[in-house]
Amino acid sequence: MTDTRSVGGMRPNLARQSYIYASLLFVAAIVVIPLAMTALGGFKTLGELRTNAFGLPQEWQWSNYVDIILSQRYWLQMWNSLVIAGITVGLTLLVGSMAAFVFAHVHFFGSKYLLAYFLLGLMFPAATAILPLFIRIRDLGLIDTYWGVALPQVAFGLGLSILLLRNYFKGMPKELFDAAFVDGCGYVRFFWRITLPLSRPILATVGIITFVMSWNSYILPLILLNSEEMYPWPLGMMVYRGEFATDWQLVLAFITLTILPTVIAFFAAQRHIIAGLTAGAVKT
Amino acid sequence: MATTDAAARAGRAPHGPDGGRFGLSRRQITWMKSTLPVLVIFLPPGILLFTIFVILPMGEAAWFSFYNWNGYGEPTQWIGTRNYEFVFQNKVFLTALKNNALIIVVSILVQIPLALWLANMLAQRIRGSLVFRLIFFLPYVLADVAAGLIWRFVYDGDFGIVSNTWQAVGGEPFYALAEREYAIWAVLAVIVWKYFGFHMMLFIAGLQAIDKEIMEAAEVDGATGAQKFFRITLPLLASTVRLSVFFSIIGSLQLFDLIMPLTGGGPSNSTHTMVTYLYQYGVVRLQIGFGSAVGVVLFLISVTLAFTYRWIFMRND
Repeated sequence: MTDTRSVGGMRPNLARQSYIYASLLFVAAIVVIPLAMTALGGFKTLGELRTNAFGLPQEWQWSNYVDIILSQRYWLQMWNSLVIAGITVGLTLLVGSMAAFVFAHVHFFGSKYLLAYFLLGLMFPAATAILPLFIRIRDLGLIDTYWGVALPQVAFGLGLSILLLRNYFKGMPKELFDAAFVDGCGYVRFFWRITLPLSRPILATVGIITFVMSWNSYILPLILLNSEEMYPWPLGMMVYRGEFATDWQLVLAFITLTILPTVIAFFAAQRHIIAGLTAGAVKT
Repeated sequence: MATTDAAARAGRAPHGPDGGRFGLSRRQITWMKSTLPVLVIFLPPGILLFTIFVILPMGEAAWFSFYNWNGYGEPTQWIGTRNYEFVFQNKVFLTALKNNALIIVVSILVQIPLALWLANMLAQRIRGSLVFRLIFFLPYVLADVAAGLIWRFVYDGDFGIVSNTWQAVGGEPFYALAEREYAIWAVLAVIVWKYFGFHMMLFIAGLQAIDKEIMEAAEVDGATGAQKFFRITLPLLASTVRLSVFFSIIGSLQLFDLIMPLTGGGPSNSTHTMVTYLYQYGVVRLQIGFGSAVGVVLFLISVTLAFTYRWIFMRND
């Protein structure tokens, strides 16, 4: 079997291969060691963390992990993250694909400028207007609610989503559209019956990008949520770290458990996640 | 024209010549029955969300930035451009600005070459290439907050591996994040650690698009690895490199989540970025006017950089 993903024709010679592997292993070690030390550190006692920084735990402290797993706060913050990300992804896909559909298929006066308007959002960081945003969300009575975080997240992701979806919709065969139109199918029905079912790959891409952004987001929930019961995990992690500042072994166990779902999901769906996150970058 | 043929066969003319009843052309009827609903139903949700939560707040930031306001009631205390004067006279902001620039420079001089070097190796026919790609991409998928906290531990003077390694070779305990001279470099190392995998993936995608026959021809002609890289790979990857630099610029200007768990902008305000500065001095102290002014400055810098860069370097991409 030839590796179709490689660029060079011939396999590199032995000397070059050793150089390549030595380099790759070195970089891999720098990536993995901090993560491994975090996971292992969660199994140590604080005293051992100080004296035995590199080795395996002498006595595995499972209780660090078990206590967190059994705690309500761990599951609550995971749930909060999931709900916020769920709302954000669902709404982004719906609102984004509807707008993208119009930009892809409907000719109307000013469509070019309207698209440029949405793309303006790609040009500056979301953080520039967080203070007015905070006041707006407060005046709408949405502070400390899932929607208060989700709606701005949808809005900030809309530019990229519309762009990706529109490019995909535009690439669909024109004959489909003509045939449907002849059969008396209007735009709205065409969108639901034909465009969406045929666009699963790009919907997955946009969904993954949006989910990862929302799942990892910190600054918006930090400003728009007040009570700890509403905190998604990145905020919960910072609170935990504040509470147990000197008990690094607990903080490490907490970090490990909170990033575990991300790591598992990444390895389980690596092809889709990597493709989604890089495609989102390249195809703009 | 496929459209007209198909339409004629079916006896209807959705895009066809005009001619209708009741003074309305068929085209107008189709427009009213199909185009109008789709415009009225499909566009407003997006326009409303985007306007209310992105564009209007930006406009309000510009407005608030001329007031001294704590966020309650209406802004009434007009102070002209005083907030902006404060921003540019503030040493901490200037440090933040410098740090943002430094992050861009380090991205270009360290991160992108590192990513290119790894991508070039991983795109060759070697076993385990996929595993290495996964490992290198993993930090990018992790939340900035998690990565920041992990590295706060790694840099910890008592427990972390950096200090412990240093002590193992005879040094004193080393608190990298607590030293004013070293903290920003420690932060920069984490940024590279977190983001090089993303750039590497962009380059691998770019490399896969290069025609294999060019490489084979070069090999047959006896080109060395370095020659292949500098004469073939790099020129063909130029557009990807330009894109990569663009993302580094945008990423630097947004950087916040990683700094907060690592240093929170300290020690003695030496590791702020513009966004952490905005948070610390605008949000935490509820100085809406001042924070908005910082936001406007950040906005102007971002938009100017983004447009200038795209105009100069990415016009033909």
